[in-house]
Amino acid sequence: MKSAVLQIQDLHLRFPMGRSMADVVTGRPGRVVSALNGVSLDLYRGETLGIVGESGCGKSTLARCIVRLYKPSEGEVRFDGKDIFDAAQRTDRSYNRRVQMMFQDPYSSLNPRMTTGQILAEALRVHDMRPEDGILARVAELLDLVRLPQDAQHKLPHEFSGGQRQRIAIARALAVEPEVLIADELVSALDVSVQAQVVNLLLELQSDLGLTILFVAHDLRLVRHVSNRVAVIYLGRIVEIGDSETLFSNPAHPYSQALLSAAPSLDPDDRGKATKLEGELPSPLNMPPGCPFHARCRHASEICKQQVPALLPFEGRGEVACHHVEEINAHA
Amino acid sequence: MCTTFHRTGQALPALRDVSFSVSQGEVLGLVGESGSGKSVTLRSIIGLARRYGNVTGQVRWQGRDLVGMPDRALRQIQGREIAMIFQEPMTSLNPLLTVGLQLEETLHAHTDLSKVARRDRAIEMLNLVGIPSAKQRLKDYPHQFSGGMRQRVMIAIALAATPKLLLADEPTTALDVTIQAQILDLILQLAQDMDMGVVLVTHDLGVVAQTCDNVAVMYAGRIVEQGPVRGVLKHPRHPYTVGLMRSVPENLPPRTSLYSVPGVPPSLDALPRGCAFAPRCAACVASCEQDRPPLSLITEGRQVACFNPVTNEQGNAA
Repeated sequence: MKSAVLQIQDLHLRFPMGRSMADVVTGRPGRVVSALNGVSLDLYRGETLGIVGESGCGKSTLARCIVRLYKPSEGEVRFDGKDIFDAAQRTDRSYNRRVQMMFQDPYSSLNPRMTTGQILAEALRVHDMRPEDGILARVAELLDLVRLPQDAQHKLPHEFSGGQRQRIAIARALAVEPEVLIADELVSALDVSVQAQVVNLLLELQSDLGLTILFVAHDLRLVRHVSNRVAVIYLGRIVEIGDSETLFSNPAHPYSQALLSAAPSLDPDDRGKATKLEGELPSPLNMPPGCPFHARCRHASEICKQQVPALLPFEGRGEVACHHVEEINAHA
Repeated sequence: MCTTFHRTGQALPALRDVSFSVSQGEVLGLVGESGSGKSVTLRSIIGLARRYGNVTGQVRWQGRDLVGMPDRALRQIQGREIAMIFQEPMTSLNPLLTVGLQLEETLHAHTDLSKVARRDRAIEMLNLVGIPSAKQRLKDYPHQFSGGMRQRVMIAIALAATPKLLLADEPTTALDVTIQAQILDLILQLAQDMDMGVVLVTHDLGVVAQTCDNVAVMYAGRIVEQGPVRGVLKHPRHPYTVGLMRSVPENLPPRTSLYSVPGVPPSLDALPRGCAFAPRCAACVASCEQDRPPLSLITEGRQVACFNPVTNEQGNAA
């Protein structure tokens, strides 16, 4: 039986918006952006779970909740059976050590005034990973691990290319010997060939070090390639989750279907085959009632406008949140 | 066309001998990695590169040469006959002016329409690019639009003066796939309706496959392969194109090692003497390090700059 490292239970996150003058005068309550609307998922030890969805759907918010950069409004994240947002757990830094995050922008996530060596040493010191005289040796080891030359430790971030910077970010995350890595669009800013190098490195490190990875990205091909399981998020809700190959080759939720077919195929003969999705992601400010996707869905009916569909197992393919999943997939 | 930038006494050849043509209604894709010269090509065509660098060669536009054209004359063409869409819909609109004003500004500069007619035309353009309730939205500021909608506004502004050539610099890179599909559809549809030529810069081979008629692959400031999309993507002949195709994770067993072209692109101040790709190329032969391979026709409609191009059979295998 697979064991869950991280259990996310019904996570909600609402950001209050400032009340405008008009709101105050008319006594209207402040508006609220609902970034996450009840996300539940288990992250199993040693797996890579891909998270896909359009921008603004809550992918990054979820990642940030997991590393406690945001405090959820409701719900819990359990690590080793304990809720990480408990008062007792909040002050416990070992969680921060064991779950590490890597960010999208390699230009702003490294301190421009610190050399690579200092960046890595800082991580080691904060978590007391090595005695003071062992830090240099560990920095050297980390650079080897991510295949950067030893002289890199004396250089500043601006002397590196985007791909090299992401290697530094990986080294910094690995410095504290984490069990779980959260990769938020780690390679999105890189060219395909550099992307390939960084992804290869990540996959190798994962199997060498037995890491669990939450891989957040909008590049569907890449997510398919690296993930064991994938969750599709729409407006702060998981609409489908399941085995990566099954989901990508045979998506069940109408949104997953549309999202996957919107990714341009490499084959010029596929032209015009994509099912086009009309409209845009509704604003999380005015969340439509019912299924979050109903306004853009071809199959939407009355019930979709009123009731939020539950995420339920579907034909052994994973879990799908759709009222009409059976009819939709019966035609296929 | 060649474009050279200068940095503290050093010449950086950003573009070297780039030649291509676009006809009416044709969509040409320019692909390559960052720094390969795609955007500089567009900026050199429309004269935006001249302030920063030295553009030589010829850009022939309806019988006239744009490279040597005085700024004043060029401004008559910029925006009116040749329009450009930039990559960042977030930063290429003026945040202090309403969208309507920015649209009308273009019309004021390039047409003789009256004030009322300009306003009607602005509404018509927003309708055309699929922005709902266009009339009300003219009064909105850029921050009140989403990324996809802002890019539509950019397209509306670019197309307001009915240009004959559209230069699109990564118009969808900052957008989500579902919105990307909508925007590309829109550009294609408008190109067809207005019989407009399009040069589409992108780094996404999928976008090329789904939208372009012809494609030119750029590497270190040169075109290394050029031809109809179908042929180039299905049977690439230049080793760099082959490498680029292979590094896209598709049709691969999951979680296996991804292919990546070994090495890194050369820096512009240290270009190798021969073929710029030679140091990274597996098919490199002796002459590659000595001479620069010219872009030459190897089969019908296909130009490749390589002394040892991949044969059709090998291309299939890759």
